[in-house]
Amino acid sequence: MATTAVALSERENYLNKEYGITSWLFTTDHKRIALLYLITITFFFFIGGFFALLIRLELLTPEGDLLLADTYNKMFTMHGQVMVFFFLIPAVPAVLGNFLIPIMIGAKDLAFPRVNLLSWYLLAIGGCLMIYTILSGGVDTGWTFYTPLSTHFLDTHVITAALAIFVAGFSSILTGLNFIVTIHRMRAPGMTWSRLPLFVWANYATSIIQVLGTPVLAISLMLVALERIFNLGIFNPQLGGDPLLFQHLFWFYSHPAVYIMILPGMGVVSEIVTCFSRKRIFGYKFMALAVIAIAVLGFLVWAHHMFVAGISLYAAMVFSLLSYFVAVPSAIKVFNWTATMFKGSISYSTPMLYAFGFIGLFTMGGLTGLFVAALGIDVHVTDTYFVIAHFHYIMVGGMVMAYLGGMHFWWPKISGRMYPEFWGRLAAMIIFIGFNLTFFPQFVLGWLGMPRRYWQYSPEFQVLNVLSTAGATILAVGYLLPMLYFLWSMRYGKAAPENPWNGAGLEWKISSPPVTDNFDETPLVTWEAYNYDELPQEVPVGR
Amino acid sequence: MADSPPAVVTHNPELQHHFTTLEQQTEAAVMGMWVFLITEIMFFGGMFAGYMIYRFMYYQAWLEGSQHMDFWYGSINTVVLLCSSLTMALAVRSTQLGLRRSSVVLLLITILFGLAFLGIKGVEYYGHIVDEHQFPGPSFRFAGAYTAQVEMFFSFYFAMTGFHALHMVIGVGLVSFVAYHAWKGRYHAHYYTPVENVGLYWHFVDIVWIYLYPLFYLISHIHK
Ligand SMILES: [Cu+2]
Repeated sequence: MATTAVALSERENYLNKEYGITSWLFTTDHKRIALLYLITITFFFFIGGFFALLIRLELLTPEGDLLLADTYNKMFTMHGQVMVFFFLIPAVPAVLGNFLIPIMIGAKDLAFPRVNLLSWYLLAIGGCLMIYTILSGGVDTGWTFYTPLSTHFLDTHVITAALAIFVAGFSSILTGLNFIVTIHRMRAPGMTWSRLPLFVWANYATSIIQVLGTPVLAISLMLVALERIFNLGIFNPQLGGDPLLFQHLFWFYSHPAVYIMILPGMGVVSEIVTCFSRKRIFGYKFMALAVIAIAVLGFLVWAHHMFVAGISLYAAMVFSLLSYFVAVPSAIKVFNWTATMFKGSISYSTPMLYAFGFIGLFTMGGLTGLFVAALGIDVHVTDTYFVIAHFHYIMVGGMVMAYLGGMHFWWPKISGRMYPEFWGRLAAMIIFIGFNLTFFPQFVLGWLGMPRRYWQYSPEFQVLNVLSTAGATILAVGYLLPMLYFLWSMRYGKAAPENPWNGAGLEWKISSPPVTDNFDETPLVTWEAYNYDELPQEVPVGR
Repeated sequence: MADSPPAVVTHNPELQHHFTTLEQQTEAAVMGMWVFLITEIMFFGGMFAGYMIYRFMYYQAWLEGSQHMDFWYGSINTVVLLCSSLTMALAVRSTQLGLRRSSVVLLLITILFGLAFLGIKGVEYYGHIVDEHQFPGPSFRFAGAYTAQVEMFFSFYFAMTGFHALHMVIGVGLVSFVAYHAWKGRYHAHYYTPVENVGLYWHFVDIVWIYLYPLFYLISHIHK
C-alpha cells in the first residue's frame, strides 16, 4: 500500500495531464472517451428511470388517474427506447470496455482512436435527437416500432425517434468494429487468444453481434421512416406489404441485442468472481466458447418473439427448439461461475455482492426465458407482465447489476480513488431487495393474466402492483446511492493503490489512474490468465 | 522480437503512436474496412431479403414492374461502374508502385465514371418520377394490372437503388479525398492504406450494383 502515500496530484495520469473542456471533447484517449460515455449514459439512465417511476406511479391504483392513456403509452415507449439504446447497449462495452480492453490486452489505445471519438459523438447526436423527440411531445409506438402502427396510424414523432436510434446504432457499430480490430491486431506480445481475460472475450462476442445485427436494425428503421415520408409500401398491407416482415427484420437485430445487453455483463462477472474467490476461472475454454456460442445462436432464434403473430407452426417449432439451445452455453456460464467459487476463499466485497446478485437474477431470468420459449406457455403469457418480469430480470437484474459491479471493481483504476466500502455494500443490498420487490410480483401478475402496456387494470391486481411500485422506489434509492458516493469519492475517497484487490489482469499492473499511454513500455505476457494460485490469497479491501 | 531493430520502420511519420509497426497499422486499417463492409452487406441484406420475399409473393407484379425498367440505362451504368472499378484498381496499383501522377489521373477518371453513373441514374429517376409517375405514394399512376403490388415493386426499386446511389455519392467524396492527398504526395510505396481502403469501399459499392442490375433490369427480359 506504499503508493497511497503519494499524493494524487503529483503523479501525471490521464486525468490530470490536460485540463479544459476541449481536452475532453477532442480527446482520442480511450479512457477519457470512456468517461464521456459514462456521463452520457448516466444521464440517460436517470431519464429512462424517471419514465419508469411515472409508469409505476400510474400503476399504483387500478384507475388511470395520474396520466392520460396516450401519455402512458409515451412513457413506456420512451422508457424502453432510452434504456435500451442509450443506456444498456452502450453501458458495459462503451464505458468499461472502452476503458479496459486496450489495457487488458497490453495496448496503448484502441486501433482507431478517432473513430472511437466519432462513436461517442454519434451517440451524443442520437441522444440529442431523442431528447428533442421527448421535449417535442414524444413518441408512442412502443420501443419496437411495430408496423403498420408506426407507419400509418400515429402522428407522434416517430421519424425523429427512429433517426435517433439509427444514429446511435452507428455508434454501436463503430464501437464493435473498433473492438474487433483492436482485439485481433493490438494484443501485446505473449497475449495469446487463450490468455485473453474473459471480459475481452465477452466484448468480442458482443462486437460480432453489434457489427452483424445493428445494420439490419438501421435499415428496418430507415424503411419505417421512408414509408412515413414517401408513402413507400413495404410494410403497408394496403399495397400488399407485410407488417410481419418488419417484425422479422426488427427481431433479427433485437433478439441478438439482448445479448449485446448481457454478454459484456457476463464478462464483468467472470473477472469479479475469479478475483474474489482467489481461483482461476473454472473451465476457461468453455467460458470463452460459450460467449461465442451465445452470440452465434442468438442470430437463429428471433422469431420466438412472433409465436402469436401468425408465423407457420413449423417455423415456430424450429425457433422454439433453437431458443432452447441458447440455454446450454448460458448454463455453462452459471455452472462454471459456481464451480469457480467452490472451495475458493471468497470475500464479500461490493463487486462480489453484485456478482452474486447477477448470477442469481440472471438464472431466474434465463429459466423464465425457457417458459416463454415453449410454444404453449408463450401463448398464455405473451404481452403480459410475465414477459416484462422475464426480460427485466435479464437486463436490469443481470446487466445493470454487472455494470454496477464492474463500476465498483474498476472504480479505483478509473478514478484513482476508493469508494466507501460500507455504502457500497449497503447500496448493493438495497438494489437487490428493491429489484426483487419490483419485478417478482410482475411474474405473478403476468401469470394471472395482467397484460402489459395498459394504464388501467382490474382491481384484483392492485396488491401486487403496490408491492412492485414500492420496490421501484427502493430501487431508485439504491441507484442514487452509488452515483452520490462515487462523486463524493472523487474528492474525498482514499487514494487507490495500483492493485486494491490483488487482481491478476494487466490493468492491475499499472498505476491508478493509468497514464495516458497506459504502459511505460509494451508488456510481455508470460503468464496464463487468472493465475490466482500465484497471487496472495487475501483481498485487501479498502475501507 | 523485443531487441531486433525494427526501430527504423517506427520512425515513419505516417505511423500513429499507438501502433508498434507500420505493418500493424496497415493490417488494422484494412481489417477495419473489411469489417465495415460486412456491416454494409447486412444493411443492404435487409432490403435484398424483402425484395426476394415479395418477388415470391407477387411474382406477376414483379414481372409487370420489371417491364418498366430501362434496360439500356441499366446496362450502360453497369459498364460505367465496371470501368470505374478497373480504374480504381489501377489507381491502387499505381499508388503501391509510387507512381504519383498516374494514380492521381486514375483516381480522377474514377470520379468521372462515378459522376457519369449518378448523372445517368438521375436522368432515369427523372423519367420514372416526372414522366411516368412511378414514384410510390399519392402521385403513383399505373395503368396495368396489380397496381398496388407494382407500387411496392417501385418502393423497392427506389429504396435499393437510392441507397446504392447514396453510397456512390459518399464514394465519390472519398475518392476525391484520396485523390487530393495523392496529388499532395502523401502516399508512397510504403504508405498507401487510405487509397487501398477507399478502393475496397468502391468495389463493394460496385458489387452491390452487380446484384441490383440483374434483379431489376435483366430478369424480366429473360421471361418475356
Ligand atoms: Cu428473444
